Amino acid sequence: MTRVLRLRGLPLTLLLAALTGLSVAPFYWLIVSATQENSDIFAWPPKLVPGGHLGENLATLQDKVGLVRVLGNSLAIAGLQTLGALVIALLAGYAFAKFRFRGRTVLFALLLSTLVVPEQVMLVPLFQMMMDFRLLDSYQAIVLPGLCVPFAIFLMRQALSGLPDELLDAARVDGAGELRVLWSVVIPVMRPVLAALSVFLFLGSWNQFVWPLIALRNPDMQTLPVALATLHGMKTSTDYGAILAGTAVSALPMMVLFLVLQRQFISGLLAGATKG
Amino acid sequence: MSTAALARRSPAKPRRLTMRRAMPYLLLAPALTTFAVFKAYPILASLRLSFTTGSGADTRNAGFDNYRRLLDDPLFWTALKNTGLILAVQVPVMLGLALLLALGLNSAFVRWRAVWRLGVFMPAVTGLVATGVMFAYLLNREQGALNWVLGGVGLPKVDWLGSPFWARMAVVLVMTWHYTGYNAVIYLAGLQGIPKELYEAAMVDGAGPVRRFWSVTVPALRPILLFTVVLSTIGTLQLFDEPYVLTRGGPDNATLTVSMYLYENGFHYFDFGYASAIAYALTLIVVVFGAVQMKLMGERE
Repeated sequence: MTRVLRLRGLPLTLLLAALTGLSVAPFYWLIVSATQENSDIFAWPPKLVPGGHLGENLATLQDKVGLVRVLGNSLAIAGLQTLGALVIALLAGYAFAKFRFRGRTVLFALLLSTLVVPEQVMLVPLFQMMMDFRLLDSYQAIVLPGLCVPFAIFLMRQALSGLPDELLDAARVDGAGELRVLWSVVIPVMRPVLAALSVFLFLGSWNQFVWPLIALRNPDMQTLPVALATLHGMKTSTDYGAILAGTAVSALPMMVLFLVLQRQFISGLLAGATKG
Repeated sequence: MSTAALARRSPAKPRRLTMRRAMPYLLLAPALTTFAVFKAYPILASLRLSFTTGSGADTRNAGFDNYRRLLDDPLFWTALKNTGLILAVQVPVMLGLALLLALGLNSAFVRWRAVWRLGVFMPAVTGLVATGVMFAYLLNREQGALNWVLGGVGLPKVDWLGSPFWARMAVVLVMTWHYTGYNAVIYLAGLQGIPKELYEAAMVDGAGPVRRFWSVTVPALRPILLFTVVLSTIGTLQLFDEPYVLTRGGPDNATLTVSMYLYENGFHYFDFGYASAIAYALTLIVVVFGAVQMKLMGERE
C-alpha cells in the first residue's frame, strides 16, 4: 500500500522538486556570480561553481558605495522602524481591543481606510514636508512615515481581542497600572504574534525602495537597495561582480533569517490572508 | 448624594475612573499623531496639490488643468496600457500556478512537502531591488544564464530586455518568480482549513477528483481567492521597483508604468501638481478595480 502511494506521488513530487529548483536556482547563480571575477560574470557557458573573488568584489563595492556605511544605514532604519511601529501598534491595538470609548469605531475605520490609498499618493507631500523640516537625507525621513502601520494595528487588535479580560482584571485588582498590565501580562502572552509582526515589519523596511530613493540622495545616507539600484543604473558601471556581491549581501541575510525563523516569517507574511 | 458619600469614603476612586477613561486615548496618542502627520496630512495635501501648478512660493491654483492634461497625455496612456497589459497576463498566470502548487503541496502522495514549501517561498523574502538586479543579469540577451538554458533545450536566444514585447514578459516573469510561492502558501493554509468531511461526502456522492475540486475546493477557497486577486491587482497597479531596476521603463517606454511616470514627473521634473494628479488618478483606478473585484467575486456569498 505504502509503495503504491509512493509511486503514485512520484510524478507530483518530481514536479514540485522542479518548481522548487526554479525558485532556488537564481539564488545559487547569485552566490556563484558574487564570487566571480568581473570578466567571468558573463562567461559563456555560465560558471556553475563558486569562484574565489568574493572579497575582491566586496572591496570594490566598499570603494564605490561605502558598503559598510550603507549596510549600517539599512540596519539602523529597519531596526528603528520595526521597534517604533511595533510599540505603536501594540498600544493602539490594546486600546481598540480592550477599551470601550467614544470614537472607537470611527478611529479604527479611519486608520484602516488608508489601506486602499496607494503609497505613491503620499510621496510628494512627504518630500515637501521633509524638505521644510530639513530632514531629507536623514534616518528620520524614512523612519517617521513608517511608524504608523494600520495593518499592524489591525493585526494587534485581532490578536488582543482573543485575550481573556479576566487575565487583565486579575492583574488590575492586584493594583497594577495599565502599563504594568501591558508589560507583565499582555506582552508575554503575545510574544509569538509580536515576533511574527516584527519579522513582517523588518522585512518590509529592509526591502523598501521608492521612498528612500526619493528622500535619501546623499550617498552616505542611502540604504542598500537604493545604493545598489543607483550603481546598477549607471550606464558606465561595469563592476558586475561588485553589484552582484551587493545583491547577495542584501538578499542572503533575509534568507538565513527566514530559514531560522520559518514559522514567524510565514505567519507574519500570511497574517492578513488567513484572518480573511 | 450617595455618589458623593462614596467618593468621600474612597477618594482614590474618581481619579482612577478618569484615568481609566483617558487611558485608551493615551494609548492611541502615538498612533494617531503619526497617522495624522505622516498619513492623513499627505493624503489631503496631495489632493490639494493636484489642483495647483508651479512650486514653492510660485504655487498657483490651476483648477482641473492637471487632470485635463492627464487625459491628453499620450505617455500617461502608454503607462496605463503597459500596467494593464502586465496585470492582465501576470495576475491570472501567477495565481493559477500558485493554486496548482498549493494542491501539490497539500497532496498526501507527495514526499518532503516541507522542503518544497520552504523552497518556493524563498523568493518572497528577497527584496524587489535585489530581485531586479539579479534578473537583469540572468536575462541578458547574449550571455545571460536563462538564454543559455533555453539554448540547451534547442530554443533561440530571447531578447528579454531589448524588445518591447519581451521586456513586458520579463517583468511578468520576474513578478511571477517573486510572488507565486507566497500566494501558494496562502492557498495552502486555506486548503488545510477545508474540513475532510466535505470531501468524504462528495466522494460518497460519486464525485471524481475534478468534480471535487470545482464543487468543494474552489467554493471553500473563495474568500482567500478573492483576497489574493485583490491584493495582486492592487500591487500590480502600483508596479514600480521591478521595471525601474530591470528596464528603466524601456525599451521605447514599453515597461513604463503609472507609478514610474508619477516618479518621473514628481522627482525628475519636480512638477508636484501634475505628479499629484497622476497619484489621484492611480488611487481612483485602484479603488474602482478593488470594488469591482469584490463585487464580482464576493457576490455569491
